[in-house]
Amino acid sequence: MRHFLTLFRHELRLLFITPSTYVAGTLFLCLMGGIYWFALQQAALQKGLEMLPVESYFYLFWVPLFILVPLITMRSFAEERRAGTLGALMTTPTSPFAIVMGKFAAAYSLYIVLWALALLFPVIAWWMLKDFCPDPRLLALSSLKGGALFVAISGLLYIAVGILASSLTRSMLVAGLLTSCALFILIVAGGLLQMLPLDVYESFAWLQAPAEYLRTFKHLENFYGGLIDSRPFFLFVSGAALALGLTVINVESKA
Amino acid sequence: MDDSEKSIPEDAIYVRGLCKNYGAYKAVSDVSFTVKRGEIVGFLGPNGAGKSTTMRILAGLQPANSGVARICGISVSRDAFRTKSHLGYMPENNPLPEELRVIEYLRWRARLKDVPEKELRARVESVMAACDLARSARRKLIGSLSKGFRQRVGIADALLSEPDVVILDEPTIGLDPHQILGIRSLIRSLRGKKAVLISSHILPEIENVCDRVIIINQGHIVASGTPEDLRREFVRTRRFELVADTTAEQVKAVLSADSVEALPAAEAGSRFTVQIAVENAGEDFLAKLHAAGIRVFEFHECVPCLEDIFIAATRRTYDIVDSISNKS
Repeated sequence: MRHFLTLFRHELRLLFITPSTYVAGTLFLCLMGGIYWFALQQAALQKGLEMLPVESYFYLFWVPLFILVPLITMRSFAEERRAGTLGALMTTPTSPFAIVMGKFAAAYSLYIVLWALALLFPVIAWWMLKDFCPDPRLLALSSLKGGALFVAISGLLYIAVGILASSLTRSMLVAGLLTSCALFILIVAGGLLQMLPLDVYESFAWLQAPAEYLRTFKHLENFYGGLIDSRPFFLFVSGAALALGLTVINVESKA
Repeated sequence: MDDSEKSIPEDAIYVRGLCKNYGAYKAVSDVSFTVKRGEIVGFLGPNGAGKSTTMRILAGLQPANSGVARICGISVSRDAFRTKSHLGYMPENNPLPEELRVIEYLRWRARLKDVPEKELRARVESVMAACDLARSARRKLIGSLSKGFRQRVGIADALLSEPDVVILDEPTIGLDPHQILGIRSLIRSLRGKKAVLISSHILPEIENVCDRVIIINQGHIVASGTPEDLRREFVRTRRFELVADTTAEQVKAVLSADSVEALPAAEAGSRFTVQIAVENAGEDFLAKLHAAGIRVFEFHECVPCLEDIFIAATRRTYDIVDSISNKS
């Protein structure tokens, strides 16, 4: 890991000079801005507020994720393998683990920076509307903090999956599509499994507990509801570790 | 760095019985050779002969199926990490990141190659000066560089960490004659300091620069030695060229007693290529021609070039392989 910082700085620099980063950033911020505007409108129209604007905002976190994560991660290994620069990198006394972690850390940092910018929307809306509408629910700080923590923790897994997908192919397009598909499965799989009548069939009954554990939206609700336990941390961190481990093996064998 | 790392063995590159298979296809089969400290060795072979595979194995980029490969006494398979700190490698096609400037790229590579931070700027400047990148290309984007400059960036990268072993896969491919001369003198400057292994298709290039040549074909080493040794081993005939006021038939008739084969040259009416077995002296040609009343205007021996050796050596492998496949 002794070259981690060198690689991290280099990857971060590459991300900031790549047009796809700016495309991803702009699309993401536009979408998040639109989602928050939509959430505010819904809140204004409803009489009894079912969900806080911030909660509605986080509930749709997955929509821009399908664009943001592939655009940030698809380049990382696919482009290096296509150009052959990954082989050149592997001829230096640098471990594949440091290379993977450098790329992961850079992509995750960018992900966090973009989310930090997106979280400014509720703050800006509150600051602009606080004189006309002094409702404390306009900026529910506890929900905002919980949602932000969820985004940060789940981002570890989503970015790691993007990095893994990028290491599987030489084509950025294929890597992007693989990432989108994998994210869709990860986000929706738990919910879909629960919709199946698992309790009817005795042999599948054991699947109910894993399906409950994999429900991303359940974890999100817990986070912005202020209920933070170790299970989602374990799920996302171990998932990210598994994806990164597979990436290291893949990079080592295919350089 | 411990003492064992400081003391580099005489054989900076040591390869014994190296084999690499891709399924049923044997890319490298029982390859053995050494490159001594300070020696420049040319690695020749036709396309698909196994040159780049051998070089990639030495660079730790892919594992061998069997055999031993050592860089500075350290096994590549057991401790690839340590061997890489002794090695400067320029791969075939020289892949480079297009979006970086030359100086940025070299500084980044220097950091990855553990060049001390205090020496980093000076080291980068020195390799850029050596590869003629300092004046015109230092701040250019790599993507905008010509093929020649890209090759120089690759060579500069290989030399950055002042490695004990330098492996260059086709370093002069795509360069113009001026650039080739520059790279040639740069490689020559490494003689006596580093073990250098170069692969190239440009045979005069290898002949000009290398102390020794290894010829590989169909995964086997078919010849190894100095160009002089290889000439003796592979070229069994001597060739002379003469210009005379006669016909090819007459030259043939006069020199037939020595079982000399006279071949008319392509276009010129009075120019002949005469070929004899190497054990024949051939020096009495002039006397015989003079005695026959043939006036000779020009006469010289054609020294076989590496191209002739290369063709003879690779043809021998094809014959061996053909005979094996016929038997089977």
